[in-house]
Amino acid sequence: MDNFTNFLKSLFLWELLKGMRLTGRRLFSRKITVQYPEEKTPQSNRFRGLHALRRYPNGEERCIACKLCEAVCPALAITIEAEEREDGTRRTTRYDIDLFKCIYCGFCEESCPVDSIVETRVFEYAFENRGENIMTKDMLLEIGDKYEAQIAVDRTEDAAYR
Amino acid sequence: MAHTLIEKYKGQLLATVLMAGVLSVLVVMLGVYFWNDIKANVFLYSVIKILVIVVPLLLAVAYLTFAERKVIGYMQLRIGHNRVGPRGWLQPIADAMKLLFKEIVIPTNSNRFLFLIAPMISIAPALAAWAVLPFTDTLVLANIDASLLYILALTSMGVYGVIIAGWASNSKYAFLGAMRSAAQIVSYEIAMGFALVGVLIAGGSLNLVDIVQAQQGSVLHWFWLPLLPLFLVYFISGVAETNRAPFDVSEGESEIVAGFHVEYSGMAFAVFFLAEYANMILIAALAALMFLGGWLSPFEGILPDEFLATGITGLVFGSGVHWLFAKTSLMLLFFLWFRATFPRYRYDQIMRLGWKVFIPITIVWLVIEGAAVVANVGPWFD
Repeated sequence: MDNFTNFLKSLFLWELLKGMRLTGRRLFSRKITVQYPEEKTPQSNRFRGLHALRRYPNGEERCIACKLCEAVCPALAITIEAEEREDGTRRTTRYDIDLFKCIYCGFCEESCPVDSIVETRVFEYAFENRGENIMTKDMLLEIGDKYEAQIAVDRTEDAAYR
Repeated sequence: MAHTLIEKYKGQLLATVLMAGVLSVLVVMLGVYFWNDIKANVFLYSVIKILVIVVPLLLAVAYLTFAERKVIGYMQLRIGHNRVGPRGWLQPIADAMKLLFKEIVIPTNSNRFLFLIAPMISIAPALAAWAVLPFTDTLVLANIDASLLYILALTSMGVYGVIIAGWASNSKYAFLGAMRSAAQIVSYEIAMGFALVGVLIAGGSLNLVDIVQAQQGSVLHWFWLPLLPLFLVYFISGVAETNRAPFDVSEGESEIVAGFHVEYSGMAFAVFFLAEYANMILIAALAALMFLGGWLSPFEGILPDEFLATGITGLVFGSGVHWLFAKTSLMLLFFLWFRATFPRYRYDQIMRLGWKVFIPITIVWLVIEGAAVVANVGPWFD
């Protein structure tokens, strides 16, 4: 009997019609497309995008060249060289991040004892020439200056969980 | 980005459109002015008649690809194209432009002659079949007696393009695709032929105009009802014949990349594409003609005859070419709907369905139909 009903079901395309009913209904249901440049999906305050180097409110750069980020970086994307500055503090003379190597894991950010290297919410960037993938210290500081307000808000919101 | 580009080239764009408009108006005016001379010249007149069918057909193909992506997108909860032009309406034009300007790569070890002639072999029958397709009882390019036979012959020709393309490419994937496609089309040709035999018996003619006129009366007089199993077999075979999902094993992008047209690029690829979609429209139009009453109005027998025959109501609700378009569009929607719904058939399942299901069903129904004809079962066979 079961065989017979199965035979009838397949002969009259029952399952296929059920499938078509489903897709037919979807034709009229609400669409979930996010129209990207005009609409954007919400971002977490932990979003890991383009890197930045931060400064203290008095304008002094935070980075003390401890090289923890360089050590922890699993992709070996960070290159740091350091020297003593005239005032006796240790500072980086070179802080490069190769964005082609970077896997945006956020370990550098986590390892940083002075919250200097951070990942911002910026994700819309592209390179048009070779070599543009290397972010130098100046570029990173510039990004930090540009987005400091957003960066600071995101850090304070997440402070309780760190 | 696109918006700024349009802003940047607005002047050139407008000028081009304007020039094209002025030129076409000029051509039309010349045509109207010399109309009697043109009509006297058999060759020129035929060319114009052919253009009147082929140009809208190619436009329909372009917008069928658009409709396909839009409908499938909607069924997958996406919205589809909406960037090029208002609501994305210029997308097919952009696609055509892209393919036109791409290079046609000819593989080194391919058979150059066959490689280039294969797309032509596949598009020629797809377009030639339209010669006998009636749009209304008077609006038909070539009203020949055996038009159904002619169409059957030409649609079978299309497979040669696929086979030759697969063979000439000298690529394993292309060859596999061509083999599959050949076997599949040969199998389904038989079921389709049998389904059409049913139409011949019911219509009493091989002429498509006569077949449609035999369906006059009402929606219930159309052949879909007495020939329902044949209608289904015909349409499913048609889907298989055009290598559309779920019977697209000859393309099978997840198994053999793109099947017979892997090695094709640019316009050569576009011609295969055109042929596939032109065939889709042809199958849909034939389904509309043979089973859904073609250009006959579905209101026949419901609304009074006078209402359907005269005045503005007659134009809208009466029989006419718009009903054929509507029915064809409906059948085309089913093509797209199938593609959005069903996963691809396994190769052996395709063969089983064609040989062990469809052919027996059609033969059984032919016997039943024969009996009905002998017994003069009304209202179809009296």
